[in-house]
Amino acid sequence: MSLTPPAERIWWNEPIEAVELFWVAIALVWALVMFFMMPYWHIYGKQNLSSEAYRTTPEMYTKKVQAMVDQYTIRKETTRDMPVVAPPAGADIYMLGRLWEWYPALELEKGQSYRLHLSSVDWQHGFSLQPENINLQVIPGYEMVIKITPNKSGEYSVICNEYCGIGHHQMIGKIYVK
Amino acid sequence: MANTAEFRTCPDTGLLFHKPAETLMKLNAVVGIVFLLIGGVLGLLMGLTRWPTVHLLQADSFYMLLTAHGVSVLIFWIIFFEIAVLYFTCTTLLKSRLAGPRWAWLGFALMVIGSITTMVSIFQGRSSVMMTSYVPMSAEPHFYLGLILFAVGALIGCFVFLGTLVIARAERTYGDGSIPLVTFGALTACIIAIFTIASGAIILIPTFLWKIGYINHIDPLMYRILWWGMGHSSQQINVSAHIAVWYAVMGVVFGARPLSEKVSRSAFLLYILFLQLASAHHLLVDPGIGTEWKIFNTSYAMYLAVLASMIHGLTVPGAMEAAQRKRGFNKGLFEWLRKAPWGNPTFAGVFLSILIFGFLGGISGVVMGTEQINLIIHNTLYVPGHFHATVVGGTTLAFMALTYWLVPILFRRDIILPSLSKFQPYLFGIGMSGFCLFMMGAGTLGVPRRHWDISFSGAIFGHQFPETAYLLLGLTGISVILAVIGGGLFILQIVGSVFFGRKRGETKSATPMIAEMVAPGLHGIGMGGISVPGTLVLALVFLTSFILYYFVNWKYLSQVWGLG
Ligand SMILES: [Cu+2]
Repeated sequence: MSLTPPAERIWWNEPIEAVELFWVAIALVWALVMFFMMPYWHIYGKQNLSSEAYRTTPEMYTKKVQAMVDQYTIRKETTRDMPVVAPPAGADIYMLGRLWEWYPALELEKGQSYRLHLSSVDWQHGFSLQPENINLQVIPGYEMVIKITPNKSGEYSVICNEYCGIGHHQMIGKIYVK
Repeated sequence: MANTAEFRTCPDTGLLFHKPAETLMKLNAVVGIVFLLIGGVLGLLMGLTRWPTVHLLQADSFYMLLTAHGVSVLIFWIIFFEIAVLYFTCTTLLKSRLAGPRWAWLGFALMVIGSITTMVSIFQGRSSVMMTSYVPMSAEPHFYLGLILFAVGALIGCFVFLGTLVIARAERTYGDGSIPLVTFGALTACIIAIFTIASGAIILIPTFLWKIGYINHIDPLMYRILWWGMGHSSQQINVSAHIAVWYAVMGVVFGARPLSEKVSRSAFLLYILFLQLASAHHLLVDPGIGTEWKIFNTSYAMYLAVLASMIHGLTVPGAMEAAQRKRGFNKGLFEWLRKAPWGNPTFAGVFLSILIFGFLGGISGVVMGTEQINLIIHNTLYVPGHFHATVVGGTTLAFMALTYWLVPILFRRDIILPSLSKFQPYLFGIGMSGFCLFMMGAGTLGVPRRHWDISFSGAIFGHQFPETAYLLLGLTGISVILAVIGGGLFILQIVGSVFFGRKRGETKSATPMIAEMVAPGLHGIGMGGISVPGTLVLALVFLTSFILYYFVNWKYLSQVWGLG
């Protein structure tokens, strides 16, 4: 039994049970199918992360975000005057995570692609786009770039889903898609 | 040869206990169960806070106690218990003395001091950093120091285990052949533990030095990579350990033998070779990590480890089926299963552990470890839904089941309230399954993990989660209550039995504690040339659910915004 040493001293010469062999073969085939899906999706799927990312600093990143805000702000919202920024299709757009807000709000066009840059200026945050449920890790010192193509219009929330301190559950941003 | 006065033979099982090792097994298991109790109470508070209509705790205490919950159960409960399992498998199963009991005591002392230090730092309130403690967010220095001391203690325990294997081999305490399969499984757990603790030291020691001012920068991405080298593989210690427990219980309850030693042992070896790298799946949506690295690690590494779990998923119930059929329960596909001792918590706990670990924990783990699908799962409530299925439904339930068997043997006391113990694994298992399923459902709707208030009251923008999410969180809360009652009953019975159970004395008791071994070989059992047809059918049901659920998630992914 499994609590005592093997019945056969030379157990590695025992024949394998047919049912085990059959199951190992099926499981292996299934593992290969799952492996194949990932490169396949990189070629034919529309939802992939490229690994485009740059080293940055809070100062550098804040400057770039502010340049976009200064150029493309169309209105301000909420009691805290959060700028709503509408850069042209294809543009580099920026969102910055900090304790405890996503800055600024963005207004995008449906069906157009943008290069979205994400970084944090303090702690790690989680970019969680709702109700789409797209989730990305945002790490200080790293500027991640993702090409996004909104496929539905509407109002989207960006909530923080990486714990970042006591105001974590109030950290929320907006993306409007026209 | 060691002094024979240091050994005791259990009259009910014939197992040989080395007394110094036995004391350490008892102590490690008891301290582990204390942490399980703490973690369970905190878990109840978490569940009642995330149930939106109850919303019990304030935000600061929620985050503080969530940190305490994760650390006390995911690290302390499980590792204390695992050290007990290691000592049991290297001394009792090998009929050997423990190598360096003084070292083992030192390890135990460090683990106790470390765990208390870390818990104190959390309850002081300025170390609410969650178990992951991602830099640059920082905890108090003694949060890290406690974890480091605990890890060193556990590492000493691992080396005592290895030392005992060497002694047992040299003294030929178990004959000339190989160590038993259960000890072999524990050995893989031990090897993974050593790797894990090394990885933990590589990241926690610099983080401690950073916190006290000797290092001025820790790269947050490097921290995540190394932290998960520890964080994920520490969960693989659990998998190896609880699968060793599955085999042990099948042996104890049915006298079962593995279908073939070669397959089961090779599957354990796959864990050592591949599981650690599977930690890549925590980093799938991180910036600056290449696609090839992600695919390589989540396919080559993870799928071969998944293969190992799928093999055990067949061979453990297969061993049971073979033993039952040999006993004469050979009619039809499932007579072996119907005639199982469903009222025996040791069996019921392990059987539920196999089901929950496989169907809920295993499938969801592979799905969220898929490079692209992770985009719709990362950091949502789906993640704790998944790992509660593996660590609570799988590991904790298996350890509970084993404890029902060990208490009468180690403490020579009967389990009190046997009629309650019949229900306990079901209550706990069903509560946990509901909890995991409802959390995964809420995560699919985007509900974040580690989040105090999904109504976002007081935030500058509003966000409304769908009504279904609120319903699912309510159901999660109810399941937590069920599971906590189940867990509470376990603690009540174990603690009650240790202190008040009827003494068994040193003669053989009426109730047998270990089954006679069945005859070897699989001749003359089964149906249509298949020796374990029932298990094969169950395995195929599992595979079908796996395939369906996997592709449903691809479908779901294909509907979100284009990303590139
Ligand atoms: Cu945040």
